[in-house]
Amino acid sequence: MRFTKGAAVAAAGLAVSLLVAGCDTSGGATATGGNTKEVEVFTWWADGGEKAGLDGLVGQFKTDCAKFEFKNGAVAGGAGANAKQVLASRLQTNDPPSTFQAHAGAELTDYIKAGQVEDLSADYKTWGLDAAFPKGLLDSLTVDGKVYSVPANIHRANVLWSNKKVVAAAGITAAPKNLTELFAALDKLKAKGVTPLALGKDWTQLMLLESVLISDLGPDKFKGLWDGSTDFASADVTKALGDYKKLIGYANKDRDTFDWTDAEKLVMDGKAGYQLMGDWEAADLDTKGFKDYDHIAFPGNDTAFQWLADSFVLPKGGKNPEGTKCWLKTVGSAAGQKAFNTKKGSIPARTDATAADYPAYQQSAMAEWKTGVVVPSCAHGSACSQGMQGAVASAIGKFSSDQDAAALQKALSEAQKQFVTKK
Amino acid sequence: MTSTTTTPPPAALPAVAPKPRKAKPSGINRRSPAGRAVTYVLLLFFLIVVLMPAYVLVVTSFKNGRDIGVNGQWGLPTVWTTISWAKAWTALGPSFFRTFELAIPVALISSFLGAANGFVLARWRFPGADVVFTLILFGMFIPYQSVMIPLREVVHSIHLLPGIPTLIFVHCVYGIPICTLIFRNYYATTVPVEIIEASRVDGAGLLRTFASVILPISIPGFVVTIIWQFTSAWNDYLFAIFLSNTNNGPITIALNALAGAQSPDYAASMAGALIASLPTLVVYVVLGRWFIGGLMAGSVKS
Amino acid sequence: MTASPTPSPTTAPLEPARAPAQKFRRVSAHGRVRHWGPGLLLLSPSLVLLAVFVYGLIAWTVRLSLSGQHSAIDKQTFEGTKTFTNLFTHDISDRFTHSLGNLGLFTLVFLLGTLFMGVLWALLLERKIPGEGIFRAIYLFPMAVSFVASGVVWRWLMNAGTGDRAGGLNAIFHGLGLTFLENPWVLDPHWGMAAMAMPAIWQLSGYVMALFLAGFRGIPAELREAAAMDGAGTFRLYRNVIFPQLTPTALSVLIILGHMSMKMFDLIMSVTGPGWITEVPAVYVWQTLLTSDFAKAAAISVILLLLVAVVIVPYLIYNNRVERRS
Repeated sequence: MRFTKGAAVAAAGLAVSLLVAGCDTSGGATATGGNTKEVEVFTWWADGGEKAGLDGLVGQFKTDCAKFEFKNGAVAGGAGANAKQVLASRLQTNDPPSTFQAHAGAELTDYIKAGQVEDLSADYKTWGLDAAFPKGLLDSLTVDGKVYSVPANIHRANVLWSNKKVVAAAGITAAPKNLTELFAALDKLKAKGVTPLALGKDWTQLMLLESVLISDLGPDKFKGLWDGSTDFASADVTKALGDYKKLIGYANKDRDTFDWTDAEKLVMDGKAGYQLMGDWEAADLDTKGFKDYDHIAFPGNDTAFQWLADSFVLPKGGKNPEGTKCWLKTVGSAAGQKAFNTKKGSIPARTDATAADYPAYQQSAMAEWKTGVVVPSCAHGSACSQGMQGAVASAIGKFSSDQDAAALQKALSEAQKQFVTKK
Repeated sequence: MTSTTTTPPPAALPAVAPKPRKAKPSGINRRSPAGRAVTYVLLLFFLIVVLMPAYVLVVTSFKNGRDIGVNGQWGLPTVWTTISWAKAWTALGPSFFRTFELAIPVALISSFLGAANGFVLARWRFPGADVVFTLILFGMFIPYQSVMIPLREVVHSIHLLPGIPTLIFVHCVYGIPICTLIFRNYYATTVPVEIIEASRVDGAGLLRTFASVILPISIPGFVVTIIWQFTSAWNDYLFAIFLSNTNNGPITIALNALAGAQSPDYAASMAGALIASLPTLVVYVVLGRWFIGGLMAGSVKS
Repeated sequence: MTASPTPSPTTAPLEPARAPAQKFRRVSAHGRVRHWGPGLLLLSPSLVLLAVFVYGLIAWTVRLSLSGQHSAIDKQTFEGTKTFTNLFTHDISDRFTHSLGNLGLFTLVFLLGTLFMGVLWALLLERKIPGEGIFRAIYLFPMAVSFVASGVVWRWLMNAGTGDRAGGLNAIFHGLGLTFLENPWVLDPHWGMAAMAMPAIWQLSGYVMALFLAGFRGIPAELREAAAMDGAGTFRLYRNVIFPQLTPTALSVLIILGHMSMKMFDLIMSVTGPGWITEVPAVYVWQTLLTSDFAKAAAISVILLLLVAVVIVPYLIYNNRVERRS
């Protein structure tokens, strides 16, 4: 059956005109739009340290862009999973926010390839951002020589958090430096009757798996997983998946209902010893007034710095491009980055920031960012496209319920074949 | 509650199911006292089961979200507070009103379309009307996913405003089959062919017959379709999530965003669920008899 | 999926709308058109809308499912049925067949559970006992609530925590010492979908009750009396006289609930959100759309449509025939 889009649209148009008497298509009030001064900023920063960071940035925006109004379009929900669904639907219904948050790297590339975001190269020159960001980061924002977003920060994903008191009570004196030591520590916690490892659902499990892969494969081969030069079917990965399975055995059984903050609460309440989470946890723990925490790089990761960067874009068809550009300029500015990152617990993307302005955790992270081996993250979109992320997330979810490591490896390998083009 | 009436609901149903003859309590229809006691015990047991989620909703909504501990989660709040209601209202308020802007036009427009269609298919028939009717009915059963992907493109390319206007249009279109069915069955059983014939003999055309003879006796049908479409549009989530968002969509979207947030505040979520259910519950309580009429439309064969 | 928690009230064993078909023959061809023309005209806006938005868009979806549009930038090239066969043979982790299995288990538990509860309530209420109206009204009320709203409370009730962290129903079991009843509900890898059917059963049993109650009441008293005079006991009365009369009601109920079940989306999104254990095709479509694989999302939708059509189309045709005969 030939059914062209044009014909369909024409027929639909006819149908609509026939229905004119009925459905009033212009009557219902729409809540969006209207105010051209408004800049709707779409993020998933709705709580805790994330919210605090956003508020800091908004404060700066109010100073720099007094003639525009900030409108909070935040959608809560773990690492943006909910927000991304809402965003996808808004982009597909051509109702984009003024600007939205996108992780630099493969995830941003999806938006660029889909033609959903505008080229910002000229503005980069005007605002002097070309020189402000490190080259590696700029590369992940650039497609075909054009740059498409303004990064606000750098986060580290592979950090292991602990409740000092719980860990000490279990007789763990030195921080574990590799997986073997980690397992020993977890055994001690288990003997104490606490949950050794607090874990949440889907993406938090993927983060844990990625950390184990970094430990067992080393940073270079780990990077290769995402560009196709390391085979997911290899024996190294088999070993890593075995370790991952063993780790899951130490985790709370109700993990598949937990968001990362629920897992964090187990640590705060002294019911769990360790939790792997990105370094946004530092700011969140501080905001919640919890002091007895400690952090180390995930055992065996050494100097590997698994990064992700939140960046902001200018969507095509946005309502207030002028106001949005003012927002983007603020995000990229030294003052904006300071206002944001000191609160959010991330480090500034700009290279010219003064370490002394930042709390202790960020000072150490800034040093490690300069010296560490940089690796991307699939769970946070710097390593995987949306398709790959979807396939991997589903495989991880399956594994959480059936613990079948061989099936997980097969699924990961198939996903790699399907979504990763070898470089 | 009006639904306690024993007469079958009006519209659609009544003529279909013959008025229940009062079963005379003959030998087998009487229950022994023991049997009666068992019946009541069972009925009460199920009553509690059915009401349990409602109890949880109400009780939890009056707690302070931060204070919900593991212990006493089933108990009454130690301190009754409306703080969670306030929080839920902040999150749902705008969409609450928007959903009225959605559901009311949908209910009215769908009902008129259904009345016109039902009248033609029942009493102003044309060759092949049965086949056409069957083709219309099919639209009621399709999984809407099978039209959703292109639908998004079509509503955009015909320049419907995003959000409520788009949803009004979509609910009107996909509500045609059910409303047509309800009215067709209603007219087929309550409007004698002779009235139409008489009207025609008087020289009245289709529209005049419809307006002067049919519409005045259509109230029960309208009540059923209006309630039905109002409830459907109010409770819809699928069209809403595909065609709108938290800023311009109905209350189900806002509720899902509130309740699906990280470490959800159950007290606020449950207050939100109550707010989101209030209008349809009011309709159910006030117009229960007709509400059930919609549910049963045509489903009982004579 | 039907918007409301409510089932499409259809089933439509549409009773006869016998029209004056024979009368057409009495008038001339021209007169005939004048006779029914205006009716068709009045119907035409709806017909055009449905032709476009039901049949037209289905055709569009089918075409998309046969195309090679697997990402936002792919061109709409013709790829044939590859996407369909891949779903059954090459889907990563056999995700699609897994979602079909989930749907099957859900449908089975949902249909049996709802029928059992509904018929039981109808039997209990059948004899016009005092207070019937109140029981009926309360058994039915969950139907007025959306799955999204009821999902909020069911997610709380079916908290997966056990022991010290028990919540919801598990907390009650824990408190009563019935620890063996504590279970992970919707997180159980094998029976998660059976637990997912519980809220749906809660919501729709009242509806089944209402239909069967109307069915019971529609049975002429003479039939019962005749059976009583023959000395039939209560059990035999129901088995041999009443239940056979309710076959059409049961068929309607199965059709309505069955097609609702196939489309189940709201409830799952609300109780667990998208996730492996409770994934069904309708949710998989949504997840696939988020990765911009339009062809695959369309293919799953088409399969869903076929699943529904296999049951609905014969039913509609059967109804149409029955009407014609009457």
